[in-house]
Amino acid sequence: MTFSPELEAKFAKMVQQYPQGRQKGALIPMLLFAQDEVGAVTPDVIAEVARRLSVKPVEVEEVIGYYTMLTKEPRGKHHIQICTNVSCMVTGGEELFAHACKKLGIGNKQKTEDGQFSLEETECLGACSWAPAMLVNYDFHFVVTPEKLDQLIDNLKKTQ
Amino acid sequence: MLLNKPHPLEVKVLTRRYEYPQKDAIGVDEYVAKEGYEALKKALDMTPDAIIDEVKKSSLRGRGGAGFPTGLKWSFVDRKSPKPKYIVVNADEGEPGTCKDRVILEHEGHRLIEGCLIAGRAIGSNRGWIYIRGEYRTQIEAMDRALAEAYARGYLGDNVMGSGWAFHLSTHTGAGSYECGEESALLESLEGKRGNPRLKPPFPATSGAFQCPTIVNNVETYSAVPDIILKGGEWYAALGTPKNGGTRLVCLSGHLVTPGVYEVPLGMPLMTIINELGGGVWKGRKLKAVIPGGSSSPVLRPEECDIPADYDSLAKAGSMLGSGATMVLDETTDMVKLMARIMKFYAHESCGWCIPCREGTAWLAKILARLDEGAGTKKDIDMVDELAQGMFGRTFCALGDAAAMPAMSFVKKFRGEFEAKIANAKVYMPAPQTQPLVVL
Repeated sequence: MTFSPELEAKFAKMVQQYPQGRQKGALIPMLLFAQDEVGAVTPDVIAEVARRLSVKPVEVEEVIGYYTMLTKEPRGKHHIQICTNVSCMVTGGEELFAHACKKLGIGNKQKTEDGQFSLEETECLGACSWAPAMLVNYDFHFVVTPEKLDQLIDNLKKTQ
Repeated sequence: MLLNKPHPLEVKVLTRRYEYPQKDAIGVDEYVAKEGYEALKKALDMTPDAIIDEVKKSSLRGRGGAGFPTGLKWSFVDRKSPKPKYIVVNADEGEPGTCKDRVILEHEGHRLIEGCLIAGRAIGSNRGWIYIRGEYRTQIEAMDRALAEAYARGYLGDNVMGSGWAFHLSTHTGAGSYECGEESALLESLEGKRGNPRLKPPFPATSGAFQCPTIVNNVETYSAVPDIILKGGEWYAALGTPKNGGTRLVCLSGHLVTPGVYEVPLGMPLMTIINELGGGVWKGRKLKAVIPGGSSSPVLRPEECDIPADYDSLAKAGSMLGSGATMVLDETTDMVKLMARIMKFYAHESCGWCIPCREGTAWLAKILARLDEGAGTKKDIDMVDELAQGMFGRTFCALGDAAAMPAMSFVKKFRGEFEAKIANAKVYMPAPQTQPLVVL
C-alpha cells in the first residue's frame, strides 16, 4: 500500500534518521503517523510497515499492544481525551468526564453510533497548570468547564 | 500560546527571551539577534573537557526528576570509544503535574537545539534525537520548524557553522507511555521496541541508544546549557544554592489562584512559590498538603513546607524536587480518593516487566480503591504500607519507587483520613462489578 505523497516524503526522510541497519527505530513514529492518515493500524498498515523496516509482523504487533495511542480499531472522527489525573481531578476533571459521557451518550473508550465522536479517560496530558485539560485529536483545550465542553461538541457537530 | 503573566519574583534565564503574551515561537532571526547561537560559537573553540568543566562548575542538575549532576553525567561518556556517541533529549513529559518542557518546545526550540549542539560537542557526538511524547503533536511540529531553520542556517548539518564538525538532530514521536520517560525504556522505544527498562549497569553513558555511548537529559537541562557556556558556570551556580545551581521551571497546579509555569532560582522558599507566584490557596481556603515534585514525590503537610525548594532541602524533608511539578491541595481534598487515583495511574502505566511493580501497583490500586469506597478494613491501611515497602527499591526502574513513595507517605501522614473513611462507610462490601472479592 502507499500513503499520501506528504507522508511518503516524511517516511523517506524518517528512515534515514536512524543508524544504518537499525531502521526499526522508525517503527513507532511510522505507525502513529500512518494511523493518523488511515484511521487505525489495519492489517495492511502492519504488513506495509513491517516490509519497509524489514521487521517481522509480530514485532509490529508487540509495539501496538504496548503504546496506548496506537489502535487497531478506528476511533471517532473527533477523539476526545479527558484527563482525570491529580491536577485535573482536583479541579473538576472527573465531573467533566462524567458530563462528556452523558452529553455524548457513550462511556470510556466507546464511540458514538455515527462514528463522529469517541471518548477516553486519559492519564496526565502535561497541561497541569491549566487544568482540567482535554485533547480533541491533537488539539489541546485548557481550563475546560462543562459549558465549554458543550459548546465545543456542538460546534464540532455543526461543522460535520 | 500559553504563558502566565510574569511575576516580579521570577528570575528569568531560561525564559528571558519570552514576551508576554508570546504569540509565536521565537524564530531563528529573533533568537540570533538576542545572543542566540553565541554559546555554540564559543563552545566550538573550547575543548570538550573545558565544556564539561564549565557545566560541572554550574552545578546544574538534571531537571527531569532524579537531579543527577549534569556535568558528571557527561564526563562518564568514553570519548575514545570507536562507537558513535549519541545525544538523546527526554521530552516524554509524563509525570503528573509536569508541564514545563512543552513551554520550551513550543516557544524556543532553538535554545534546546543549541544545548544539544554544545552537549554533542562535549562528548564528540554527531547525532541526536528529541524524543517527544505523542500527544504533543503541536510541540513536535514547532520543534520540526525550528530544526528546519537551524539546518537552513548551517547550525545543524554536515558542517556546523563552518567548523567541519557534523551534527544531526531530529524529533522522534512517542505513542503514549509514561514508562518511556524512564531513560532506558526511552532508549528501547527509540529503537522501535516496547518501552521496557533495561538492567543497569551498563548505564547509557556506556551503552545507550543502539548500544552506543549516549547521554540522556531532560529538555530543560539541555536548555540551561547555552547560558552556562555564555556567561560561565560560576555565574549560573551563584543564582541558586550550593550544589543546586541556577534557575528552574516550576509547574504550579491544583488549588491555586494563579497556577502556571514560572522560572525561579533553586532554593526559593516553597511557601513563597505557593503564596506569591501561585497566589496562595484558592477560594480563601486553608492549605492541606503539597506534592512538591510530581505525583511520585512523597506528600508534605503544611508544617513541613517551610523549606527552601532545592534538591537537597527537599530530600532532607523526606520528599523530592523531582520534575518541579508542585501540586497544591486545599482543605477540602479527599486524600484517600486522591491516593487511589494516583495508584490507578501507576497500575495503568506499569510496563509489566518486573513482578514487584506489575503485581504491587495492581494490588495497591485494588486495595486503595476499596479503601476509597469505604469497603476496606484497618488491616488494608497497613497492607498498603507493607506492599509499598516491599516494592520500593526492588524494581528494574524507578516506576516501582514512584508508586511506592506516595503510598507510604499518604498512609503515614493522613492515616486519620483513611480510618475515617472506614468508620463512616455506608457500604461494607465491595460492589461486585467494580471490585473483585478478596479473601485476605
